[in-house]
Amino acid sequence: MNLEGVLAQIAAMLVALVGGPLLAGWVNVCRAWLQNRTAPPLTQPLRALHKLFWKESVMAHGASPMYRIAPYVVFSCMLLASMIIPTLSTNLPLAPAADAIALVGLFALARLFISLAAMDVGTAFGTLGARREMLVGFLAEPAFLMVLFTASLISSSTSLATIVSSLAHREFAVLPSLAFAGVAFTMVSLAENARIPVDNPATHLELTMIHEALLLEYSGRHLALMEWAASLKLFAYSCAGLALFLPWGVAEANDRRALAFALPVLAAKLAAGGFALALIETILAKMRIFRVPEFLATAFLLGVLALLVHQLLGA
Amino acid sequence: MNPLAIQAVNLFASGLLLLAFAMLAQRRIVALINLFALQGVALVGSTATVAWATGQRHLYWSAAITLVLKVLLLPWILHRLIRRLNVKWDVETLINIPTMMLVGIFLVVFAFNLALPISEFSRSIARGTLGIALACVLMSFLMMITRSKAVPQVIGFLSMENGLFFAATSATYGMPMVVELGIALDVLVGMVILGVFLFQIREQFDSLDIHHLEKLKDE
Repeated sequence: MNLEGVLAQIAAMLVALVGGPLLAGWVNVCRAWLQNRTAPPLTQPLRALHKLFWKESVMAHGASPMYRIAPYVVFSCMLLASMIIPTLSTNLPLAPAADAIALVGLFALARLFISLAAMDVGTAFGTLGARREMLVGFLAEPAFLMVLFTASLISSSTSLATIVSSLAHREFAVLPSLAFAGVAFTMVSLAENARIPVDNPATHLELTMIHEALLLEYSGRHLALMEWAASLKLFAYSCAGLALFLPWGVAEANDRRALAFALPVLAAKLAAGGFALALIETILAKMRIFRVPEFLATAFLLGVLALLVHQLLGA
Repeated sequence: MNPLAIQAVNLFASGLLLLAFAMLAQRRIVALINLFALQGVALVGSTATVAWATGQRHLYWSAAITLVLKVLLLPWILHRLIRRLNVKWDVETLINIPTMMLVGIFLVVFAFNLALPISEFSRSIARGTLGIALACVLMSFLMMITRSKAVPQVIGFLSMENGLFFAATSATYGMPMVVELGIALDVLVGMVILGVFLFQIREQFDSLDIHHLEKLKDE
């Protein structure tokens, strides 16, 4: 661990903290454009966070300490997750702390806490949301693991930094297994980030919501932390996707010149990815909740196919 | 051999497999026909790539025949058929779709294992894809077994032919021209006959559900 690594790590953290809400804002802007509405400013999520942090935080009667600590746990899980995914540079001192499998574990821990906190207050909506979140989560996790295993098999390591650097440096080859894994990953990240077609992020309609139902009782700084964590999760997933499938432009250790280019490259890739997400959300309709297992089973299937194709073709 | 060509053939092969799964999961007939046409496109792509990489002239011809027949003509006939039969929104499968996907995965594992020792003997550029071709054939079988309506079964039959054709081009650089022409004509004629059959079935039973065919009539 050297000074440069620590600086890169801090830069990655700051980029994640600011980039998460900006990415969420950018998706909203693109969606508004595509739907012929007047777009909100790009910084709207940041402003909302600022507003919420200054507001009073109201606790429900009978809420246990669990309810109080959940936002902090969820937020720190998401922050750690977005710090171990190589965004700007693969020289991350925190990267040995958690590999790709531990990354899935981090997301699971956050999901556990957010669901427990939602059930803690005892409202019907919270319980309903928690159950649906667990349904989506337990189906999405194996599919995500399959995607990560495929990338790990190709680069023979489960460390994210090693995967990214070996994928970025191999000679250009069209890998069918990665194409399968890419489709599977897209489906998983739509489900995990509560996006259309699994959940509608723009709605407060009770019977269809998953993510909103979990946060219904939160207010003030707790709500701000939860929302920030959600946008960090979107950022982490987007960066994981970029790292696995478009790994070019991430700086290596001791490569200062590449580090300077890494931020604009990342911003361009995220902007394109956010536009694609908005496009998907505009052209697809939300599906029935009972179709979600089918959707995620397809994602799992594609992940398994990626593994099998890698075994068969050796590519 | 050009590594890019091998990768392209592998990519087209994976596309075929993906489309086979998509067909297995598809409920609507119109989308099913479009997927079949897409499978034809992947087949044309892979055949043309093999032709270009190995310099086998006649493979260009078979790619052209595939393009005309499987991408344009057969989907057009099928579209017209379902419009006249008025069965656009067929939504029935015998087993539910996630289960079918799992069975499909097992078929893929089986086919890959089966093809591995066989492809050791082959020296063609894309011998790894033999397993994929076999998997496509098996999935089309599965689709024919699990659909209760006649039109998806016909599409399953046609996509099985796609799998066989792909196996022929990728593992052995294609069959002789006479055989290919014969098969192409057979598929076309078979399609026409099946179309007539579909009308007959509907006329007899007022439905395209093939379960009606299992009952014996004693008249």
